[in-house]
Amino acid sequence: MADLHPDNPYAKVRFPDRGKLVEFLPDAKKRFDHILTRYPTKEAALLPTLHLAQEEWGWISPEVVHYVGSLLDLSPATVFGVVSFYNMYNQKPVGKYHLQVCTNLSCMVTNAYDIYEHLCEKLGVNPGETTGDGRYTVAEVECLGSCGTAPVVQVNNDYHENMDVRKMDELLAKLK
Amino acid sequence: MQPIKVLTANIDKPNSASVETYLESGGYAAARKALGMKPDEIIQLVKDSELRGRGGAGFPTGSKWGFVPKNAPKPTWLLCNADESEPGTFKDRVIIEKDPHLLIEGMIISAFAIGSNPMSYIYIRGEFHYGAMVLEKALEEARAKGFLGKGIFGSNFDFDITVHRGAGAYICGEETGLIESLEGHRGQPRVKPPFPAVIGVFGGPTVVQNVETLACVPFIVDKGAEWFKGFGSPKNTGPKLYCVSGNVKKPGVYEFPIGVNLKELIYEHCGGITNDRKLKAVIPGGASAPMLLPHEIDLALNFDDVMKAGSMLGSAGIIVLDESVCIVDAVWRLAKFFAHESCGQCTPCREGTNWMESILDRMERGEGRQQDADLLLDMADNIGGKSLCALGDAAIGPVISSVKKFRDEYLHHVTHKSCLPGTKRYRRLDMPVAAH
Repeated sequence: MADLHPDNPYAKVRFPDRGKLVEFLPDAKKRFDHILTRYPTKEAALLPTLHLAQEEWGWISPEVVHYVGSLLDLSPATVFGVVSFYNMYNQKPVGKYHLQVCTNLSCMVTNAYDIYEHLCEKLGVNPGETTGDGRYTVAEVECLGSCGTAPVVQVNNDYHENMDVRKMDELLAKLK
Repeated sequence: MQPIKVLTANIDKPNSASVETYLESGGYAAARKALGMKPDEIIQLVKDSELRGRGGAGFPTGSKWGFVPKNAPKPTWLLCNADESEPGTFKDRVIIEKDPHLLIEGMIISAFAIGSNPMSYIYIRGEFHYGAMVLEKALEEARAKGFLGKGIFGSNFDFDITVHRGAGAYICGEETGLIESLEGHRGQPRVKPPFPAVIGVFGGPTVVQNVETLACVPFIVDKGAEWFKGFGSPKNTGPKLYCVSGNVKKPGVYEFPIGVNLKELIYEHCGGITNDRKLKAVIPGGASAPMLLPHEIDLALNFDDVMKAGSMLGSAGIIVLDESVCIVDAVWRLAKFFAHESCGQCTPCREGTNWMESILDRMERGEGRQQDADLLLDMADNIGGKSLCALGDAAIGPVISSVKKFRDEYLHHVTHKSCLPGTKRYRRLDMPVAAH
């Protein structure tokens, strides 16, 4: 069979590699067991379990989809349906620093696109791509709920508010 | 009108998020008092206060609680909607990060009033990682003090709260989308009826309330319905947080009795427009609200008056646009947002929002056609009211209002293949666009 585009659900990269099966380490397993106690159904624990998995492995690989499904008695298709619906689950590996620039209206009129375009140019990547050294991923995101201190750039979990191109460069210098 | 400090009374204090600071300011007295009342008394009190939901729809909170059936076969649930993702809105974040115990106390009282089962959830948007951490810490503190857990405050009422993080989907702010998401599904809204008050999360009656609404509840119990009605006007009562962003000198969250004048808010409290430019348009209630022109902004920011002016108060996310903003580009950005966030369930919304984005983009690129402005209105007509939830209706708000109010600017893009002189496009058109 010809190689299919990676976005195609039947592409080879969408299936788990049997040689690379994953499992939570004891600490994560303990957190997972705690999550289960907080919900009346197993399925309701899916979102928090996926957050936990992403913390562990950085992205939700096909192996993780199958593993999470087996933990919660859900089919891989159900899990994948949820993973692909929500923005925050990375369906491919991201860089060490995930630079997410909000460009929604309040940020746009305070020049967020200058920051975004500057980042893409300086790091030599297209939107959504990761630099060759695996350090930075640049993404345009929707409203981050920080419009009063626009523009805002989210780096991994942290908000950086009232940004501009100069501050972005200073921040970038710190993110090694 | 002078700003007030009711919901924001604690936020400037050092360690404002700690339980000690909250207790020093009289915190948790209202919860203690409420647990000594009958649930129906609390519901009546909230009804009398005329509190209306702060999440966007402005539905009377007491009535919502009254819809919950007594003796339903399945447990009743209280959910807090902290999925604040309407562009222009950032008020709940202030309460969550600076005064989380106010929210927790509001939830305890509300849960007791509706007869909630011993578990409740705060659905917080996934991006608010810091807010979720603050909440977790506050919950730990409250459990240690015996305010949450078994037999809280020495009563026989058991109650605990779990922070549930979303994962980046605007649609999960819609009440039934939130319920679906909490159950572990894609956040696609449900058909109504049955309304959540009858069948909601996990099959039980469910009350979903916004953070700010829940934060009002302790004050009503503590100080009474008459005190609460002292703010604002009849049917529009209480303190209200207003979020101002965009081209103003002092953006931020402002608290006023509900019904502050919009013009006064922008020009006096927010210091006017950046660089003293002229005002072009104001979006008064988050991205979904139709735009208002400068001559329309002399109005009271409450649910009914803004509705009369042809827009909506929504979540009170006020976005100010100055004369230098290209209106087609601004509306394109909002259309792009709604196209990205449409959950894909209903065809008119899924397809329509994408088409609106494409048409606005081609106008901005100078490839627009003569009939495009009317085409946008026609498409809006085919989206509005034709989907399960309000996202489709939200998406057409800015499009319809801008085409009607700035038709000349739209036509200029078609005839001159450029933005109106003196207006600015903020993005470069040659950037590759990542897929939705």
